Amino acid sequence: MEAKVLTINHEKCTGCRRCELVCSVYHDGVSNPARSRIKVEKWEWEGLYIPMACKQCVDAPCMNVCPVKAISQDEAQGSVKIDYDVCIGCRSCVAVCPFGAMSFNASEKKVFKCDLCDGDPQCVRFCEIKAVDYVEAARESLYRKRDAAMKISEAKKLGATVQYEG
Amino acid sequence: MALNRKVAIVDLTSGTIEKKPIPLEVRKTFLGGRGLDAYLLYKYAKPGCDPLGPDNVVIFSAGILGATLASASARTHVMGKSPLTGMVGSGNLGGFFAPELRWAGFDHIVVKGKAAKPVYIWVHNGEVEIRDAKNIWGKSVTECQWAVREELGDPDIKSAVCGPAGEKMVRFANVMTGIKDAAGRTGMGAVMGSKNLKLVAARGTMDIKIAHPREALENDKKFIDQIVSAKVNQTQGELGTPFIWGATNSWGGLRTNNFQYNQILYADDVEPERIDEIAAETMGKYHMAACFGCQVHCRAKYKIPPSPLAEKFGVVGKYDEGPEYTSQGAFACEPGCTSADTVLIGNHLVDQYGVDNLEIGSIISWAMELYEEGILTAKDTDGLDLRFGNDEALIEMVHHVCNRDTRLGDILAEGGIRAAEKIGKNAIKYLIHVKGMSNLHSDERATPGLALNIATASRGSDHLRSRPAIDLYHLPQEVMRKIYSSPVPYDGPLSSDHREYVGKPWQVFWHEQCYMAVDCLGICKYHTVFLGATLPNFEDWPRVLYYNTGIEMTPQEIWTVAQRCNNIERLFNIREGFKKDDPYKGDVLVDRYHDEPARRGAPDVIGATIDREKFKVMRAEFYQHEGWDENGIPTPETLKRLGLENLDKEPSRI
Repeated sequence: MEAKVLTINHEKCTGCRRCELVCSVYHDGVSNPARSRIKVEKWEWEGLYIPMACKQCVDAPCMNVCPVKAISQDEAQGSVKIDYDVCIGCRSCVAVCPFGAMSFNASEKKVFKCDLCDGDPQCVRFCEIKAVDYVEAARESLYRKRDAAMKISEAKKLGATVQYEG
Repeated sequence: MALNRKVAIVDLTSGTIEKKPIPLEVRKTFLGGRGLDAYLLYKYAKPGCDPLGPDNVVIFSAGILGATLASASARTHVMGKSPLTGMVGSGNLGGFFAPELRWAGFDHIVVKGKAAKPVYIWVHNGEVEIRDAKNIWGKSVTECQWAVREELGDPDIKSAVCGPAGEKMVRFANVMTGIKDAAGRTGMGAVMGSKNLKLVAARGTMDIKIAHPREALENDKKFIDQIVSAKVNQTQGELGTPFIWGATNSWGGLRTNNFQYNQILYADDVEPERIDEIAAETMGKYHMAACFGCQVHCRAKYKIPPSPLAEKFGVVGKYDEGPEYTSQGAFACEPGCTSADTVLIGNHLVDQYGVDNLEIGSIISWAMELYEEGILTAKDTDGLDLRFGNDEALIEMVHHVCNRDTRLGDILAEGGIRAAEKIGKNAIKYLIHVKGMSNLHSDERATPGLALNIATASRGSDHLRSRPAIDLYHLPQEVMRKIYSSPVPYDGPLSSDHREYVGKPWQVFWHEQCYMAVDCLGICKYHTVFLGATLPNFEDWPRVLYYNTGIEMTPQEIWTVAQRCNNIERLFNIREGFKKDDPYKGDVLVDRYHDEPARRGAPDVIGATIDREKFKVMRAEFYQHEGWDENGIPTPETLKRLGLENLDKEPSRI
C-alpha cells in the first residue's frame, strides 16, 4: 500500500489544540504542549489558526545537516526518523528546519519530531473535523482540487459568473 | 502530576506572595475549580466586606481535570464577593487560560488587598510576580492581552483580564480572556478594577502527568464520541448557541421589551441561520472556533458587515466571535430590536469593554420601559430617545454605561437595585431580577422548574447553576427516571410536562449538584446533562478522574463533594445577608412572574404565570431535598454530614 502523508487544512482548524494535548500524552504520558510534535500557531485577532507539524520532507534539511547521520528516511512509512542511539543532541536539525518542526526537550536533552505515531497519528484520530488528516500521498491534491471546485460551485449558486481563460 | 498544582495567595496591599500545596485530602473534599474557590472565598473574604474594598478577594482557578484528557477541560472559574448582589460572585469562562495556568504550575490564584497603582500578576513555571501595569492599564480587553505578550516577549501568554468597564468598576464588569471568552455575571471584573489589578498572565511548560495515559486516551475517545454524537452538540457546532435563541423564540420563551412580551416578532434577521450566513460571508465556510480541547466548536467567527450603524460607531470590519444567544437576548429581544447588525455591534462592544452582555442588555431594556412609562424622561437620558426598538440609542447607552460618562449611564452601571433607588418612582417594579442580578433573556413563566432554578441559584437569577433545561424535551418517564435516580436514589414523582410543579424540585436539586461537579472538574456544561439527555454525568466521571489524575472516587462521592460546595455557597450567602423572602436577597421571583400572564407564543405558553402558592410548595420541597430548614438554612445534621459544621471556626485548610 502506498504510504500515507499527514495533511493539514488550516481553514478547517477550530484552534482547539487537542492535537497538541494528545500528542504529548501519547508520546510522553503528560499534558504539555511544549512536548507536542504539532503546534497550532494562532492569529487570534483575525481568527486564523494554522497547525504546524513535520512535513516528512523527501530531501529533508534535518537529515542533510545531521553530522552523525542520525536522521534517515523510513521508506515504508514515508517518514523522517531519528535514531537516538546515534544522535549527539547538537540541535543542528532544530536550527535548519524551515518549518520549526524539530524541537528540543531541555529536561531529557533530546530533539524530537513527529513520528506519525507509527502509522496511527493521534492528532488525526482526535481531530473530529479532520483539519489534520492522514491520507495516501496521491490523494492529497485530489481532495484539494475537490475543495477548490466546491468553492467555484458555491460561487455559481450565488450567481457569480466564473470564466476560464485559455 | 495533575494533583501537584499549587495555590498562590497574592496580597496586593503588602506585595507578598505565598505558594501552598493542595493536600490530597483537600482535593477529595472539594476537587478543585469552583468548589475549592467557594471554600477559599468563605475563608479569605472578610465577612460583611465591601465587595469593591481591599477585604474582598478575587480568585482565578482551573478545575481538577483542567488541561487533561477530559474533553473541553478548558474552563476557568473566577470567584469573589459580588459587587452587584453582595453575595456569591462567580463567573466561568472557556478559552485557553485555565490550561495555561496549570502548565504554569498553579490551580488557584487568590488575590486579596489592593495595589497602590495598577499592576498585573505574571504566573510562569512555578513563579508568581506582581508587575507594574502602566503600559496596559486603560486598554481594551484584547489590546491589553496583546500588549502584555509584547512586554514579556512571549506570544503564547494567556491572560484573564478586566476591560475598561472593570477599571471603571461597572458593577457587572466581566473577567475576560481571548477575543470573547467571558466570566460573566456578578461583576468579577469590577473586583479586579477595585484592586487595581488589570490582568493575570500565565504561561507554562510544566508537565501535567497523566496517571494512566493509554487508558485516558482510549476513554477520552469514547467520551468524545458520546459528546459529538448528541444532536444538540452537532447543532451547536454548526450554529453555536444562537440556535437556542431561535428555538426558544419560536416557542415563546424570550423576554421581549424588558418583560412585556415573551416573543419577538419579525426578527428573521436575528435568527441563528442569518447570523451563521453573516459568519460564512465574512469568514468563509469553516467559521467555527473552539475552546481548549473541545470538539463541539460552538462559537462562530465574524466580522462586522458594513451598515449605517456600524459606520456611525466606527466598527465596520472589526473581528469578533459569537454572538452567543445572550447577545441576541441583550441586543434583540429585550430592547425590542430586530437587526443582526445591532446584535453583532453590541456583542463586539461588550467584548471590548469587558462587560456582562446579559446584565447590560437587561438593564438598558429596563431603562427603556421606564422611559416609555414616563419614569425616566428625556432630561434624564440627556435627550436620548430611549424607546424600545431604537437600535442607535441602545448602542449609545452601552458606551455610556461602560464609560459612566452620562448621568444615566453612571446610574445604570451601579446595577438594577442601586439604580432603582436612585431613580425612585417605583422603578423597581419593572426590574426583572433575582438577588439583584438581572435575569437571562429567557422567560420562565411557562416552566415552573426553570423558575425555581433562577429563584434559588446562589449567584442570583442564573441559568447555569441548576437549570433543568432538558425539562423542555418532554422526555419519556423511563429516561427521566434513569437520569434522576442516580447516583442517589429517588423514587418521588417526576413529570415530563414542563408546565408541571411536581417533581421539579428534585430535578433542580439534581442539576445543582451536576453543574457544581462539572465546575469543580473544570469541564464545559455542554459535555453533561445540560442540553442533551444522553451526555456524560456522574456515572462517567469516576473513570475520567481516575485515568487522568489517579484519584478514585465513586459517583456518590463526587455528588457529595458537589453538595458540600453548594452548601458553602449557601452559607456564604447567609453570612452576607440572605433571607428567604427578602425581595432583594431572597429565593424569590419578582411580582411580574406571578401577576402578568405570558402574552405570546405556543398554546402551552400563552397565559402562563407562576402560581405563588405552588411556587412556595416547590421551594419548600427543594429545601427539604437540600437538607435545609424551612428558611433555607442548612440544618446542623446536613452540615455535619458534609463535614462543614466547623466551617466558621476552623483555620483555613489552605
